[in-house]
Amino acid sequence: MGQYNALNIAWNALFGHKNWQRAWRDPEPKSNYDVIIIGGGGHGLATAYYLAKNHGITNVAVLEKGWVGGGNVGRNTTIVRSNYLLDGNAPFYEHGMNLWRDMAQELNYNVMFSARGVMNIAHSKSQYDTFARRANTMRLNGIKSELLSPEEVLAREPIIDGSADTRFPVWGGILQPDAGNARHDAVAWGYARAADQLGVDIIQNCEVIDFIKHGERIIGVKTNRGDIHAEKVGMAVAGSSSRLAEKLNLHLPIESHVLQAFVTEPYKPLINGVVTFGAGHFYVSQSDKGGVVFGGDIDGYNTYAQRGNLPVFEDVIAGGLTMMPCLSRLKLLRNWGGVMDMSMDGSPIIDLGPIDGLYLNTGWCYGGFKATPASGYCFAHTIANDQAHELNQAYTLDRFAKGYTIDEKGMGPYPKAH
Amino acid sequence: MLRINCPYCGEREHSEFTYGEDATRTTPDNDAPMEQWNTFVYERINPAGEHLEYWHHAFGCRAWLKVQRNTLTHDISWVGLPHENPQVQS
Repeated sequence: MGQYNALNIAWNALFGHKNWQRAWRDPEPKSNYDVIIIGGGGHGLATAYYLAKNHGITNVAVLEKGWVGGGNVGRNTTIVRSNYLLDGNAPFYEHGMNLWRDMAQELNYNVMFSARGVMNIAHSKSQYDTFARRANTMRLNGIKSELLSPEEVLAREPIIDGSADTRFPVWGGILQPDAGNARHDAVAWGYARAADQLGVDIIQNCEVIDFIKHGERIIGVKTNRGDIHAEKVGMAVAGSSSRLAEKLNLHLPIESHVLQAFVTEPYKPLINGVVTFGAGHFYVSQSDKGGVVFGGDIDGYNTYAQRGNLPVFEDVIAGGLTMMPCLSRLKLLRNWGGVMDMSMDGSPIIDLGPIDGLYLNTGWCYGGFKATPASGYCFAHTIANDQAHELNQAYTLDRFAKGYTIDEKGMGPYPKAH
Repeated sequence: MLRINCPYCGEREHSEFTYGEDATRTTPDNDAPMEQWNTFVYERINPAGEHLEYWHHAFGCRAWLKVQRNTLTHDISWVGLPHENPQVQS
């Protein structure tokens, strides 16, 4: 397999790119591993990579019921940011930002991370005041942030409706200049390839059917490709966490909801960074290929179907057209849904499970993509050391019972509202 | 699009309703132990399949309804009033 570099791209070009080897092996599952990670999405693959790289644990299997990159890591709007307020969240996501910046070099895989800036627009004085508080809090946490005047907002994104008679005039904005986008599939592929090179077995088309217990301890999993034993089993299956936990009679503080996302046909450069509308829920960016990628609210009712309904579709489009009327001329290419683990406080869980041998990585709501590197980094630490890293020590499962919820939005235990 | 057959108004579109929550949870007694309250407030069965849930006919008759809906297919198999329950099905 070797390293990817300019020289071997040029060399392979001479032969019409017919001689590239597969990016990672396709091994048969062994009967025994040190660690099994269930879920070959971004978080699971990143966890396997950091287990091997940071903790020297290479006898690891990643079990994926479908194919790598076929779940939520391929169904998001690719936004990467760390503009959080609360102490439990901010350092975790900011550590993630540092990992994003070096990811392509570290993985030897072009994940196309682009720090094009994430700008949230305010439409009233009170909203601008809350943004000022957020910007100041971010700065106190060492995260770069800027407050923008309406002129600065419109200078960055000229297609925003800046007229005085628009329904929600622009009052200002907040910018995280270091945030941006990354190519979602490449993140999964990059981690898969890098983990594989360190000795991790990535086993696709391998669905976990049940857990194997010895007394009160989990010692492996039953899969459609046979029983696989391991000392430690980590779950990184956001979107299906409750279904898997049900096999252990475990009820998680999670509801499954669907989030829809949209992409248009490719167009010439139109939107420079990531922009969010403040008077509704709409976030948009333009991919390097030219497609305008956007999303909005979750549909708001429990579902495991990877498709949404039309009222939310209409609501998302209405928000977008209010902020950027010219989007009405674009043609939608695709619309899809992804199933979210909506947690009871809007924050994730990275913790030892309530059963020995089980480790939980769940509850990412609809912010899981940006967390991919930090989540893998912390989950690997938690699995290797049987205790949380300082960055994820607030993301415990028992924080709800103890009253230490991390409720960034202040909505209370209503998953549909986070 | 979801269409819910309101017992008062007949079949209406999704956009007339707002989602409430899981209808299988019951409020513990005031003096119940904290674990029961934790289960009630925070833990969810979150089934993949039939789900009993409350919907509010907010832009219709404003009644609260109980709905049995499949979370995998979105098929609605039963609609009733909040104090009613569907016949036990397999």
